[in-house]
Amino acid sequence: MATEPITKQHVSITVNGQKREADVEPRRLLVHFIREDLGLTGTHVGCDTSQCGACTIMMDGLAVKSCTVLAAQADGAEITTIEGLAKDGELHPIQEGFWEEHGLQCGFCTPGMIMTTVDLLQRNPNPSESEIRHAIDGNICRCTGYQHIVKSIQYAANKMAGQPSGDD
Amino acid sequence: MVAVEQQQPYIGRAMKRKEDPRFITGRGNYMDDIVLANMTHAAIVRSPYAHATIRGIDTSAAEQMPGVVGVFTGEDIDLPPLPYAWQAAGVENNINTPYTLAKGEAHWVGDPVAVVVAETLEQARDASDMIELDLVELPGVSDAEKAVQPGAPQLHENAPNNIVFSWNCGKKEETEQGLRDAEIVIRQKLRNQRMIATPMENRGAIAQYAAGTEEFTFWLSSQAPHVHRLVMAAFILGVPEQNIRVIAPDLGGGFGAKIFMYQEYVLVGWLARKLGRPVKWIETRSEANAATAQGRDHITELEIGATRDGKVTALRVHTLANLGAYLSTASGGIPTTLYGRMLAGVYKIPAIYCEVQGVFTNTAMVDAYRGAGRPEAAYVIERVMDLVANEIGMDPAEVRRRNFIQPDEFPYDTGIGMLPYDSGDYEPALDKALQMIGYDELRAEQKRRRESGDGRLLGIGLSSYVEVCGIAPTKYITSEGWGAGLFESANVKVHLSGKVVVTTGSMPHGQGHETTFAQVAADKLGVPIEDIQLKFGDTLGTPFGYGTYGSRSLTVGGEAIVRSTNKIVDKARRLAAHMLEVDVEDIEWSNGKATVKGSPDQVKTIQEIALAAAVPVNLPDGMEPFLDETTYYDPPNCTFPFGTHVAVVEVDTTTGNSELIRYVAVDDVGNIVNPLVVAGQLQGGIVQGLGQAMVEGAVYDDNGQLITSTLMEYAVPHADQFPMFELDHTVTPSPVNELGVKGAGEAGTIASTPAYVNAVCDALSPLGIHHTDMPLTAPRLWAAIQNATGDQA
Repeated sequence: MATEPITKQHVSITVNGQKREADVEPRRLLVHFIREDLGLTGTHVGCDTSQCGACTIMMDGLAVKSCTVLAAQADGAEITTIEGLAKDGELHPIQEGFWEEHGLQCGFCTPGMIMTTVDLLQRNPNPSESEIRHAIDGNICRCTGYQHIVKSIQYAANKMAGQPSGDD
Repeated sequence: MVAVEQQQPYIGRAMKRKEDPRFITGRGNYMDDIVLANMTHAAIVRSPYAHATIRGIDTSAAEQMPGVVGVFTGEDIDLPPLPYAWQAAGVENNINTPYTLAKGEAHWVGDPVAVVVAETLEQARDASDMIELDLVELPGVSDAEKAVQPGAPQLHENAPNNIVFSWNCGKKEETEQGLRDAEIVIRQKLRNQRMIATPMENRGAIAQYAAGTEEFTFWLSSQAPHVHRLVMAAFILGVPEQNIRVIAPDLGGGFGAKIFMYQEYVLVGWLARKLGRPVKWIETRSEANAATAQGRDHITELEIGATRDGKVTALRVHTLANLGAYLSTASGGIPTTLYGRMLAGVYKIPAIYCEVQGVFTNTAMVDAYRGAGRPEAAYVIERVMDLVANEIGMDPAEVRRRNFIQPDEFPYDTGIGMLPYDSGDYEPALDKALQMIGYDELRAEQKRRRESGDGRLLGIGLSSYVEVCGIAPTKYITSEGWGAGLFESANVKVHLSGKVVVTTGSMPHGQGHETTFAQVAADKLGVPIEDIQLKFGDTLGTPFGYGTYGSRSLTVGGEAIVRSTNKIVDKARRLAAHMLEVDVEDIEWSNGKATVKGSPDQVKTIQEIALAAAVPVNLPDGMEPFLDETTYYDPPNCTFPFGTHVAVVEVDTTTGNSELIRYVAVDDVGNIVNPLVVAGQLQGGIVQGLGQAMVEGAVYDDNGQLITSTLMEYAVPHADQFPMFELDHTVTPSPVNELGVKGAGEAGTIASTPAYVNAVCDALSPLGIHHTDMPLTAPRLWAAIQNATGDQA
């Protein structure tokens, strides 16, 4: 059966500070553009329905689930993925927090959790435990039971506020 | 000479993980990150019906779609059905396992019936939409109780009434007598609902076939790469083991679901050979909910005999274990050996008899899911304790105390066919948990609130569990129906640079082996932990091992490392004696250094010895070069961690909503190598068990249509449903292994489910509600409350 050739759409997206251009199918999801066209595989796909948050990235300063955005919609946007978070080999305080507080086990949800935390801490630099739990409600972790993730975020908040980490 | 600094032991330290840097920077290497040259993509077409005759599959339109490389159905594939590796022992098993793609009939929603291979995944999916299925829907059945009734839809000719097996353990006559003689008898029916494992990374498989050498390479979502290779070689592809290499990349969780052989794994291999190109298949979440092995799904009838002073004297259990449409790899052993034989829990019960019937239904296959049999057993016995307490009006902590196996009775044989419990001291863990939660004050507050008519009911739930870990002893487990060995392996090499490579047959997927196994090896060899690297997950280059499940990694795999390091140290001492020109008896070994007794300046470090062994200009007669030792360790017994968890809940009688207010866990996992990692395992396990109690459950309609087909319908726990858990330990080392460890991977899951249910039932007991089946969602509790109080909505 003959099918219509698919018209591609040109996009120009700044990813981790680099301008990236490509011709994509209109249906191409941003997460697939990031993973397959750019080879940035730190952003993960965990579900088909925007529940799990493994694909969370920062787009124009907000955390978005990149499985719920078309690549075409991101034309002209500035995007940060997990690969863009550490600067000059220095871990971001949130990455450091997840390492220090054992905020990950299998690591699959971790990039999404970290990117969601970037969004949280820029909106609310000093979140309470319940604010943290609410903020990561759209990210599912099946390994940790969330407790060490909450502590990782508290560590990062303290570090970013210039306070010593409050570990017990 | 470079002296090795005196180092603190690594074992026992809360070290942050060596594996984390790659994961927190987005540089892990999971299945879907792997790209091979010339790779094709597979999309699988699955039965939308729970039960159907396949009258025809028209692939002609799909074959004409752009980029399509091949389209195949079950009739095209000449491979045998998948193997069934763990039978219910000692009884007939009516075996039915699936073909690679269904032939003739589809038996569950998600049963694969066709596959499209194309240049891109999008092309494969587009083409799969063009396949026309001519299926005639047949009546289906999803519930085990209904499936065994006369007249129920039948799945397989060789399994009348859909019964897979009828198995039993324990003492039938004594139990019946015990029930007749009992001062009180309680009957209860319990449903342990079906769970979808839901690792955050779905499954995937890639296969590559080299026609020139007739060799397969598979990348599989695998907790047990050697087992996958063994099964693939011996039972499916019929090619020798050495022609198959299985690689397990970083795994985004498993929880049991990635142990088994799956149709899709075989399929990509067959396709790669057929098409002469690598084939990749990555599962979608809706495929995972339909086709990845699920867990639990028991319907249990209990009869409990007890005395009025709280001693349980007899327990009769009858369980229907829903095993799904076909038998998955280990599905026969889970509801028998790992369930029936663990029903005594931490209690001395004179007479137990358990019957289990495995049942076919038109649902996804059921196999091991975190805990695997033991959570179902703990749920039964911990509900039993509370039902008895409720019936006789005694505090549930006191009932537990009166029935505990005593510390001087270990090793303890429960008399129902499990290996003897290795060690235990149950009361201190209970006491510590009660003290941490402030039990007496809570009971006093509960009394006050009940008397005041507070609409928010307070409930306190206990769970004193034991589990069997370190799943091994080949001799035992084969006598229990398992069809292979169950040891674990380790190779330790000290390279001439002094760096150490530890290679294990164990397969981490979140548990932190790269850190904890390195802590063990570093201490045993006396080298800095930075000098140790763990290798795993590739059958080429790792010794044959059975993988990671059943909390066996450290208890069995860790012990294999200890034994290899012991052999290294033994050889290093002999070589050091030769180098220092003294007798080996005059060498003292500590902290990575060989020192001549009485001459502390005469010393050789392990690094120097490794160099001398690797560049063998001066070895003792008969000594082989290199410090390189392998161990295959088959332990004499399993290990039996235990503890007590306490959940405190509030139930709002107007909405039925239950909320977890506090949670205390006192676990005894023996000695602890890394407290941070153990805490992570326990916390994650607790939430997984609480998920079952609170919200989770696979739902099929009566005919077998899957309702919970995505994460929109299947509820997994989120962060805002929990308080901070309060964790502590008692330490009763296991005598089974040199490390004294018992295993921590499943304890949380096993303990927390009954703790939560007991708490909610405790809250509701003034209303006359003594049991409600899981998950304890607000609508379900609201209905129970309405029913009990006679209020109309």
